[in-house]
Amino acid sequence: MTDAIRAEGLVKRFKNTTALAGVDLVARSGAVLGVLGPNGSGKTTTVRVLATLLRPDEGRALVGGHDVVAEPHLVRRQIGLTGQYAAVDQDLTGTQNLMLIARLLGFSRRDARARAAELLERFSLTDAGERPARTYSGGMRRRLDLAASLVGRPSLLFLDEPTTGLDPHSRNELWGVVRGLVGDGVTVLLTTQYLEEADQLADDIAVIDHGRVISTGTPEELKARAGDQVLEMRPTDTGRLADAAGIVTAVTGTTAHTAGDSIRASVADPAALPAVVRRLDDAGVAVAELTLRRPSLDEVFLALTGHPAEPADTTDTAATTDPAGTRQELQERTNA
Amino acid sequence: MTATAERPAAPAAIPAIPHRVTPVTAVWHGMLLTWRSLLRIRGNPAEVLGLTFMPIMFVGLFVFVFGEAMMGDWRTYRDFIIPGITAQSVIFATIGTGVSLNTDIEKGIFDRFRSLPIARSAPLIGAILGDMTRYLLTVIMVLLVAVSIGFRPAGGLVGVLGAAAVVLLFAFGLCWLSAFFGLALRSATAVNIFGSIWMFPLTFGSSTFVEPERMPTWMSVFAQVNPVTHVTDAMRGLMLGGPVAEPLLWTVVWSVALVAVFFPLATRAYRRRS
Repeated sequence: MTDAIRAEGLVKRFKNTTALAGVDLVARSGAVLGVLGPNGSGKTTTVRVLATLLRPDEGRALVGGHDVVAEPHLVRRQIGLTGQYAAVDQDLTGTQNLMLIARLLGFSRRDARARAAELLERFSLTDAGERPARTYSGGMRRRLDLAASLVGRPSLLFLDEPTTGLDPHSRNELWGVVRGLVGDGVTVLLTTQYLEEADQLADDIAVIDHGRVISTGTPEELKARAGDQVLEMRPTDTGRLADAAGIVTAVTGTTAHTAGDSIRASVADPAALPAVVRRLDDAGVAVAELTLRRPSLDEVFLALTGHPAEPADTTDTAATTDPAGTRQELQERTNA
Repeated sequence: MTATAERPAAPAAIPAIPHRVTPVTAVWHGMLLTWRSLLRIRGNPAEVLGLTFMPIMFVGLFVFVFGEAMMGDWRTYRDFIIPGITAQSVIFATIGTGVSLNTDIEKGIFDRFRSLPIARSAPLIGAILGDMTRYLLTVIMVLLVAVSIGFRPAGGLVGVLGAAAVVLLFAFGLCWLSAFFGLALRSATAVNIFGSIWMFPLTFGSSTFVEPERMPTWMSVFAQVNPVTHVTDAMRGLMLGGPVAEPLLWTVVWSVALVAVFFPLATRAYRRRS
């Protein structure tokens, strides 16, 4: 089977900036490709080029087997697009929004109505179908937007930061929807700045930074690529942090970093763990928590790009940069 | 929420999407998007208010506040200003064309349309045709209010229809100017302010409310070259009787010139922006 998306050397320049500096991307049919990167890294521009909204200055892209520049119409026949902002008409009702898209796609009036009803039901919007979208909550609007992009049953769906600005509950709902679509055989290209989200949904991840794909692979491969495992320990008495850091450094041979009330170090050999325990015990440092784990995608991103994934600039990202928020998210996921 | 299978009862047939857009389907897409533009009138209370309350307020205030002072009798002044107020209301409505285009782009609605296998020009055509319908509704509303306070133009139905055609022709030219600024400027607020700055001197500095001969020389000169004066004079001639040919000719010249300049600019901005 051919790849759903194959992009080579995409370059897009705007007045003063180079948004894309040669993007190479492959999405396998029927899989979820996560395009992961911080704000301004070129994610949205990539989607806009692939969805035929922008012409690339250089490079070429085949989407569903058709060239996005030479045959945009044939590309558009196969794709659905859900952007960063819910692109629904606020003055129209949910039903009217979906019927409009259906009619534009050539549905008869009756089929358009039936399709709108199906999608409203699928996205739990049936009760709100006759209300203007203006009265919807953020999560409902995003669901309507997603429904609108599915009217023509696209075989390829672009989701550009679908959960940005959503509360954790709505985010979980949307994740469920995406998994359902993949079950139906739809290929999904999902951009996100949430590392958690890519880890959750994507079969393959392309990490993008400064308009270039800097790494690709499965979530597991990327984590492995960041190298070693991570040893994390927290002493009961925060006064002993420095002592503990000294011991961990001595045993593992890599510099241990202190982050808050815990210590983190890369570990090449898992056998280091018992040694660390012994030495800490000898030194009389009581341990509240000690774990050996694979690096998180946050740490992977740091290792790949040399800078943290999320620039602390938007309120949207506060939830993931804040460790408490991340913990809460993890909990919600286990509950779900 | 789980993504369950489609409801088994009567699933909608998904039509095959043609491999290319023909001119016929392009027109059809444009009409569907015109329908969407008009649906928004019903869904938006502000629009309903704009279409109903504004004409009542404008006609009522000008006729009954200034009527006696201007011409000694409000009825005489009513007949004098109704053609111009009709033009003014429509001209102000053209600002909305730019504002709504700008909003559609900012909200990503045009991106959605452009990612669909439909004619690329359809969203723009739909916006313009929808707004032309709004202008027509504006004309009808103003005239209804006018008739309700005793306006019985000598030109009769033919004169009124002619006058409506004149102002819609000019509005068609002007809406491309508005569309251009709506597509070229960044924010809807900017479009609104920029539009209003133009519209006030154009509509008030014309023959709509006062004959230019009664203005100071410089203002009178401005009013006499102002296209709104030509539109108003042509409408006045058709509704009330009087010279029509010259102001009508100027109205046509201005309308054609506006389209000639701003249609290409607007479509270029549309292609670049959307």
